[in-house]
Amino acid sequence: MSQMIVLDKLSKSFGAFTAVDSINLSVPKGQVLGFLGPNGAGKSTTMKMISGFLEPSSGSAKIAGLDVTQSPVEVKRHIGYMPEGAPSYGDMTTAGFLRFVAEIRGFNGAEKNRLIDQTVERVRLTEVFNQPIETLSKGFKRRVGLAQAMLHDPQILILDEPTDGLDPNQKHHVRGLIKEMAADKAIIISTHILEEVEAVCSRAVIIAHGKLLADGTPEELLARDPHHNTHLITPQAGTEDRVRKALAPLGVLDSVAGHDTQLRLSGATNQAVSAAIRDAKLSIEGLYVDRGALDDVFRQITDPEGLNHA
Amino acid sequence: MRNVITIAKREIGAYFSTPVAYVFLVIFLAMTGAFAFFIGGFFSRGQADLLAFFSYHPWLYLALIPAISMRLWAEERRSGTIELLMTLPLSTTEAVLGKFFAAWAFTAIALSLTFPMWITVNVLGTPDNGVILASYVGSLLMAGAFLAIGSCVSALTKNQVIAFIVAATVCFLFTMSGLDLVLNFFRGWTPEILVDTIASFSFLTHFQAVTNGVIDLRDFIYFFSLIAFWLFANVIVVDLKKSA
Repeated sequence: MSQMIVLDKLSKSFGAFTAVDSINLSVPKGQVLGFLGPNGAGKSTTMKMISGFLEPSSGSAKIAGLDVTQSPVEVKRHIGYMPEGAPSYGDMTTAGFLRFVAEIRGFNGAEKNRLIDQTVERVRLTEVFNQPIETLSKGFKRRVGLAQAMLHDPQILILDEPTDGLDPNQKHHVRGLIKEMAADKAIIISTHILEEVEAVCSRAVIIAHGKLLADGTPEELLARDPHHNTHLITPQAGTEDRVRKALAPLGVLDSVAGHDTQLRLSGATNQAVSAAIRDAKLSIEGLYVDRGALDDVFRQITDPEGLNHA
Repeated sequence: MRNVITIAKREIGAYFSTPVAYVFLVIFLAMTGAFAFFIGGFFSRGQADLLAFFSYHPWLYLALIPAISMRLWAEERRSGTIELLMTLPLSTTEAVLGKFFAAWAFTAIALSLTFPMWITVNVLGTPDNGVILASYVGSLLMAGAFLAIGSCVSALTKNQVIAFIVAATVCFLFTMSGLDLVLNFFRGWTPEILVDTIASFSFLTHFQAVTNGVIDLRDFIYFFSLIAFWLFANVIVVDLKKSA
């Protein structure tokens, strides 16, 4: 079974409002899939259906070959799920909470302790092991939520905004953890942070208004940016005209908005640009290949008319 | 069943991890005593029984039991942990039962701590301990029925205050439905059978039968079926509310 998660025309409506609209998606083992989308796009609702919290209005979700509505309890054994905001029982200690989750997941005695010790060490919770969760900082709370989800070493991990509220070091650590676990699991994370997609995801989908609008590797999504692989050139003062003349034949040359001196060359290869610079003996202060920005791709796909400035 | 126990253990822990449990126990014990001695006239009745003690339990439960049950589901919904709980591999029924048994066990602890009453009455006279035991069982079953109602109501809202007030009101109606106050309202214009049906739903009628020493299996079955019904409704409410 290489496809761990298969969504077939998965939909969810609340009254007249369609939160998730006929999403088809499959995630194989070894993949880290990023859910991107504006707030209210249906990312969390989709995750709630995969994890068995919400029942789909129509369509189906199959987890490790099992239908979520037909065998809900069995499906939940295969999944580790961290809901949005990483809720946990504030009155319990980290230790008590993880023991509770382990017991519900069917672990007892030495096996239970081994899993808890191992997870606490991996997620770095040792120092707050015996502290009530409500007294912990946001970063620790988030990691308690993460620990709860990965405790039983599930085949499938669904993490709703796993790095929200973490400081840069903690973000780096959690991303490292996710990548470490990726090899033998299918992982879905949702995020607003687009750099995170590039950092951890092997594939990303963009969801807006409940629909799946784009699907590809982060590189493929970047390639949708019209500025992807264009060259940004800053000529030395006074040589703008010479530079323009030498580079114009290679592609389309534009000024860059907001920069007096910078030029953008689209449609030229690296080799052509460097050859032109060498041959014409141009003095260049800066030369840099624009990879494009996921932010721009994201905006262009989810909000093509620029309606939602707020 | 293992899951039910795990959930119940966690819930009992939650009661005792806050002052709620201790405040409740102290107030419950103080009030059962106060009612029995001052209002019930425990000594002036001059009888070696605990009728003065038990007959105020329905009224006491009316105010105190919704305070135990109000947080069961409302708190899960408010804090979002319901999403965590319901994505763990357990059924809604197991979660509902686990929470209910925890609350019931807690009430049983509170009730068992009234044992000095039982000792007192045995020192002072020779009471019918069979009736006292039956009354304790009856009181616990009645508390269970109050709790089942409260648990179901708690699943309807995120707000514990609303859960408390609505549960107390529903329990009040169930308690009062055997009294003339309620029944006279129906007597003039409804057939006798309907009046009897309403009366038969009363906590008071069934509980008084037990405390008076009339051990009728039907009174126990009444409380058990009431618990079963409200817990069944509780499961449905939790499932429905989840997807809304």
